[in-house]
Amino acid sequence: MAYTPEMKELIKRVEATRPERVERVKQGIQFPKLSLEESQRRLKTYHPDYKEEGRREFKIGPNKGDGHSYPDEVVDLFEAKSRIDPEIVDLSKPDYETDVLIIGGGGAGTTASLFAQENGMKVIIATKLRHGDANTIMAEGGIQSADSTKDSPYYHYLDIIGGGHFTNKPELVKVLTLDAPLIIQWLESLGMNFDKTPDGEMRLLAGGGTCRKRMHSCGDVTGAEIMRTIRDEARNRRDDITVLEYQPAVEIILDEDGKAAGALLYNMETEEYTIVKAKAVIITTGGCGRLHIQGFATTNHYGATMDGIVMAYRCGVPHCFLYATQYHPTGAAYPEQNVGLLITEKMRTAGAQPVNIDGEEFTFPLEPRDVESANIIRECMDVGKGIPTPVGRIGVWLDTPMIDMLRGEGTVEHDFPAKYIQFKRYGIDISKEPLLVYPTLHYQNGGVEANEWGETKIPGLFVAGEVLGGIHGENRLMGNSLLDINVYGRRAGIRAAEYVKEGITLKKLTLEHVRAYHKELKEAGIETDRISPMLLPDYSNPEVRAKQLTARYFGTLR
Amino acid sequence: MTTTVAKDAMRKGDKTVIAEGTRMIPIYVMGKRYFVPETLTIQKAMEYAGYQFIRSCGCRGGICGACATVYRLEGDYKLYSGLACQTVVQPNMYLVQIPFFPANKVAYDIEKLPYDVTAIQTTYPETFRCVQCNACTKVCPMDLQVMDYMAAAIRGDIEAVAEMSRSCIMCGLCTSRCPAETNQYNMAELCRRLYGRYGQKKSQQVAKRVEEIKAGKYDPMIEELQSLPLEELKKRYEEREWEPVMSEGWEPKETKYL
Repeated sequence: MAYTPEMKELIKRVEATRPERVERVKQGIQFPKLSLEESQRRLKTYHPDYKEEGRREFKIGPNKGDGHSYPDEVVDLFEAKSRIDPEIVDLSKPDYETDVLIIGGGGAGTTASLFAQENGMKVIIATKLRHGDANTIMAEGGIQSADSTKDSPYYHYLDIIGGGHFTNKPELVKVLTLDAPLIIQWLESLGMNFDKTPDGEMRLLAGGGTCRKRMHSCGDVTGAEIMRTIRDEARNRRDDITVLEYQPAVEIILDEDGKAAGALLYNMETEEYTIVKAKAVIITTGGCGRLHIQGFATTNHYGATMDGIVMAYRCGVPHCFLYATQYHPTGAAYPEQNVGLLITEKMRTAGAQPVNIDGEEFTFPLEPRDVESANIIRECMDVGKGIPTPVGRIGVWLDTPMIDMLRGEGTVEHDFPAKYIQFKRYGIDISKEPLLVYPTLHYQNGGVEANEWGETKIPGLFVAGEVLGGIHGENRLMGNSLLDINVYGRRAGIRAAEYVKEGITLKKLTLEHVRAYHKELKEAGIETDRISPMLLPDYSNPEVRAKQLTARYFGTLR
Repeated sequence: MTTTVAKDAMRKGDKTVIAEGTRMIPIYVMGKRYFVPETLTIQKAMEYAGYQFIRSCGCRGGICGACATVYRLEGDYKLYSGLACQTVVQPNMYLVQIPFFPANKVAYDIEKLPYDVTAIQTTYPETFRCVQCNACTKVCPMDLQVMDYMAAAIRGDIEAVAEMSRSCIMCGLCTSRCPAETNQYNMAELCRRLYGRYGQKKSQQVAKRVEEIKAGKYDPMIEELQSLPLEELKKRYEEREWEPVMSEGWEPKETKYL
C-alpha cells in the first residue's frame, strides 16, 4: 500500500536534506568508512550472528566439537532423521542410470550440466521445483569480474578476503578471481545480455566492499538473465541433459567402497521414491534462507532449505562457516506485502543513501554487507532513529530519488525495472519516494567443505554454488555469488567428467551411511521426530492445521 | 460478512503481520470460497486458507514466474491477471493459478543461426501467425508490450525484441492467451540470446584480461598476497585506493598490480 500520511510527513525530512546530500556525493564526499577495528566492534554488538541465545554446538557428525556454535534452526536439521527408512529401499533396481547426476537445477547446477555435457557426459538434473527456480534467478545487482583497466584480480582478491574477515580459503578465492573474466566471456558467447557501451565495453558499477567498479549487470535482472540464458542452452542440449522437476533428492547413495553412486529422489507430486544410479554426483542445492534463522524474513527462494549440506553430512562430509549467516542490509520493510524483498545493493552503488528518520546519513553506503547491516540495526535499535511502520516493524530510508538526481531523470525506471514495478503496484514511485528497508536473511556464507574443483572427501561427490563453503569465509560481497555459481559449476562439471572418464566401476549400492547416522543420533541421546532434508518450509495456518484431523505431516510436508 | 483477526495471527518465517481489526473478505479459489485477511497477497491468502504449495510458488518475490494467476471480479466480465506473490486479494475475486502451460521450446544451435529474421522464421515460424490481437500484452503481469515485441520480431528487429522483453519472467500467461498459438516468451528468449551473441559487440577489455590471466600475469600477484603475514594483508586491505562513485577520469595511483 502507498505510504500512510504519517510516513509521507516523515519523508519530507528526507526531502529537506536531499539536495545537500546529492551535492556532497557529486563532490565525492561520503559518510566515512569504518576502520577494521571499529567494524569488528559494530559486528560484535549488533550483528545477529553474535547473539549468544538460540545457538548450540554440533553433537554428532564430522563437525562435532569444532568449537563453533550454530543457529538452532541449522542444528535442528542435522539432529534429525532421514525422510526414508533405509531398510525399506530396494537399491538393486535403479529407475535411472546416468554418468553425472546433478542435484539442484539453479545456476550452479545448470552451469555444471553444460560443462559436463561438453565433456562427453550424459547428465540428469534432479530439482525440487522447476528448472531455474533458485536464488540465482532472484539475484539482481551483478556479477563481479576484475577486467577493467583500473582493476585487477589482485584487488578482487583483497576485497573478497577482507570482506570475509580474512577467514576465506585462499585457494578458493584465487580461483574465483582468476576464472572470473573467463566466465564473463563464456556468458557473452552464450548470448547473455550485459549493460554495455555501444562499443561493447561493460558499464561497470561498484559494490559494497569493492574498491573498484567491477559489477557487470543486466539491469536489475542480472541473475534472471544468467538463469534464462544457461537454462535455454541446457534445453537446447536435451538429448544429453535430462531434467527431472519436482523431484528433489533426499539422500545420496554410495557404493560399498564409499564412492558416490547416485541419489534417492522423492517425487513430491506422486509421492513415490525413485533411484538414480550415477558415476558422479554434483550437489548444487543452494542456500538456506527459508530456515528463517532468528525469525528474520528472507530474500530467498521457496526451496532454500539447506538440503545438500544435510545429505553430504550424512555421508561424512564436514561443513565450514555455517556459523556465519548473511543478512542483506536492505530488505524491504514496507509495504507489508513486500517485506523481505531484496532491494539490490546496486541501488546504493548508483547513489542511494541509507538515511534515518531525520534524513541524516549514518553509514558509508557501501560497507561490506555484514557491517552495513549492523549499522542499520544499530541506528534502529540503539540510536533510536529508525522509522516505524503501521504494523510495528522498523526500518531506515533508502533514498532512491537521489539516483535520478545524480544520474539523470529516468535512471531508476530504466536501470531497476523489476523493482520499479514491484513498488508501483502498491502506489509507491521509488524514483520519487524513498524505500523503507531493514536487514533480511540473504545468504548462507558457509557450506560443504571442498577443494577448488568442488571435490569433497567422498570420491565422486562434488559441490558447487552456495552449497560450497569457504569461498566467502564469514561474509560474502555483492556480485560474488553469481560469479561463484558459474566458476564452481564449471569446475565441478569438468572435474566430474574427468573423474567418470577415468573409468568408474560402481559396486553394490548402499544407504549404510544413513543407518550409521541414525545410530549416531541415538547414541548421542538425540530423540527426535524431526525429519530432514526439509525440502519446503511450513507456512501452513496453525488454525487450519489443528482441524486437519486425519492429515499426517512428515516433517513439513503433508 | 466480516470478522477480525487477532494480533498474534503472525506466522513464522515469511511473517505477514496482520494488523488488529483487519477485515476478512471472501475470495474464491477455483470456485471455492474462503475468508481471508484483506491485506494479504493471493499467495499468502491461500496459505492462510490452508493450502500448502508444491507448484505455483517459487521466489515469492515477483521474478520467477511460478505463480501466474488469472482472476475475474464478481459482476465484471474482464479477465485480470497477476503474480500470486505480488497481487493483493480483492473481495469476491475468482481465481485460478496457471502452474504450467505447455509451450513449444525449439532446440537450436546459437552458433549456427544468422542474426536476422530468418533465425526466427526457422525456429519459431508460428510467430508470423500473430494476429496482433493484444491479448498477450493485456495479460502480462510484468506490463511488457508483448504484442509490440511480436511485431518487432516479424520485422526482424531482434534488438527491439530483446530490449522490450528484458523483464520477462517466462510465466507463460501470454502463451496461454494466444489465439495464434505462438510461444512469445521462448521466441523472445531466442532473440535476447541472438542480440547478446551477435547484436552486442564483444568486450575487448574482457578478452584482453582473459589472455593476460591465461599467460599467468596475475599468478605472482595473488601468490604474493597469499604469502603475506595476516597483519600485512590487513594493512594492504585497509590502504586500498577507492574508486569514487562518480569516477569519470579517475586513475589509480598504484599501478603495479594492474
